[in-house]
Amino acid sequence: MTTERATTDPHPADARPLLEIDRLSVDFRLESSVVHAVQDVSLHVHAGETLAVVGESGSGKSATALSVLRLNPSPPCVYTGGQIRFDGRDLLTLSEKELGRVRGRDIAMVFQDPMTCLDPLQRVGTQVAEVLRLHTGQSRAEARKAALAALDEVGIPDPEVRYRQYPHELSGGLRQRVMIATALVTRPRVVIADEPTTALDVTVQRQILDLLVSLQDKHDMAVVLITHDLAVVAETADRVAVMNKGRVVETGDVLDVFDRPADAYTRRLLAATPRLEAA
Amino acid sequence: MTTATTAPETGQPLLELDGLRKEFGTRHTNVAVAGVSLRVHEGETLALVGESGCGKTTLTRMLLGLLDPTAGSVRFDGQDLATLTASQLRAVRRQMQVVLQDPYSSMNPRMRITDIVAEPLVTHEPEARGRRARARNRERVGELLEAVGLDAAIQDRYPHEFSGGQRQRVSIARALALRPRLLVLDEPTSALDVSVQATVLDLLADLQRQLGLTYVFVSHNLAVVAQVADRVAVMSRGSLVEVGEATTVLRTPQHPYTRRLLDAVPVLDPREGRRAARRAAAQTGEAGR
Repeated sequence: MTTERATTDPHPADARPLLEIDRLSVDFRLESSVVHAVQDVSLHVHAGETLAVVGESGSGKSATALSVLRLNPSPPCVYTGGQIRFDGRDLLTLSEKELGRVRGRDIAMVFQDPMTCLDPLQRVGTQVAEVLRLHTGQSRAEARKAALAALDEVGIPDPEVRYRQYPHELSGGLRQRVMIATALVTRPRVVIADEPTTALDVTVQRQILDLLVSLQDKHDMAVVLITHDLAVVAETADRVAVMNKGRVVETGDVLDVFDRPADAYTRRLLAATPRLEAA
Repeated sequence: MTTATTAPETGQPLLELDGLRKEFGTRHTNVAVAGVSLRVHEGETLALVGESGCGKTTLTRMLLGLLDPTAGSVRFDGQDLATLTASQLRAVRRQMQVVLQDPYSSMNPRMRITDIVAEPLVTHEPEARGRRARARNRERVGELLEAVGLDAAIQDRYPHEFSGGQRQRVSIARALALRPRLLVLDEPTSALDVSVQATVLDLLADLQRQLGLTYVFVSHNLAVVAQVADRVAVMSRGSLVEVGEATTVLRTPQHPYTRRLLDAVPVLDPREGRRAARRAAAQTGEAGR
């Protein structure tokens, strides 16, 4: 089903990917039916690399992404098969406690809507510092200093002032930067970004994508970018996996897939994406 | 839309905005729209482009007569909306309809499709009310549903039974019920998947050709605008910074804000992407070592 091509993989064959999803299957067991949200999906990503997972609504791309840290609501979600290997361990078999140490420290997530993950009643700086204290046991003062540096690193002007503000006082773009700061403050090795720019204006989207790319280079992170937008894929990804109805229908180097899409669905998606050059 | 020839600049425009201004708030006035003048000609698609907070929604609410301007005027077919009596205004309003972004929130979930689509008829036409009008309404709703590519038989079903794309078609059918001349399409495909978006844009183009409709197409997506618009008006901070032929504005933008907007649009070509640029740089770097 999946078309894996001979790619000019910059990673030697013996280099193990940092994160490897191997034949993952996920069901949602609803009252009257079972939805096979993810079926036999295999993906991998290396350090410093961006893998884009692209698909339309219901393709299973978000369910796949959320499976990595077991964040799908369960019930109704059941992990019915496969492995998710990180650092030689299968994340799907870890206890909640063990997984808790991976979440947010080794593997972090960035979501579409920062308001769903930021606490509206807490100052944003405190929230960034909190993540650090939780994972590293730093003192309040140390965490505060590191959180300020993190806000500065994601390009938030006047970090000292912003540190003391609440999420509602920030614009959508600044909130997204705060969320990226909370995700990256622990220096995770993998960042999973689920539609990180979908809710943003196009000029802000450009800034956030540039920010993600530059932080990735600086810290040699692996990025898994979940998106519905092939143009965003073209801009940011090294490799791409196209998902449709719970399956990966095509995966490969982004240049190969865009130049010579092998799967009919990929071709349809490319043809349907509006282009600025149409004018 | 792409095939429509641009209306000649001579002759009376269908819609004329003159120095339109809207302020909100009493103590601290907030200028949402700061003096906008714009003409829209019969049969054309004018795209109104801008980022969130630029005032495009306030502007469309004023041109639909849903919000009174602080200053300036809206003329539809030569009639100034502010000078009309209530019944004259109703007569004008039925000629302009709106399709909103989110087909989920723009329908009452407890109404059947037939009542949703017939609602404008019932509101505007006394003869469409009452039990005796039902059969005729159903027939009209059936025609409208078929015009937007749906089966006439779905009218007894409820909105939740349909996908986003189908619901947006129902919204379009409802907007067409009164045979309007102008449709304001406010981000009509932003909530849809790309493959569905493509089919809805095709439908809108077909309807425009068949019915001679005029579109004001509000969008933040410049790639979509490139596909549908005859002319483009770029809005920023309550003012129009650039208005012109779509090809001219999108290919040779004059205003720095338009240029910034265009530069920010992700391009559907991995060779143009930032990663590609960096990869190339890294490779030449390695070769040089």
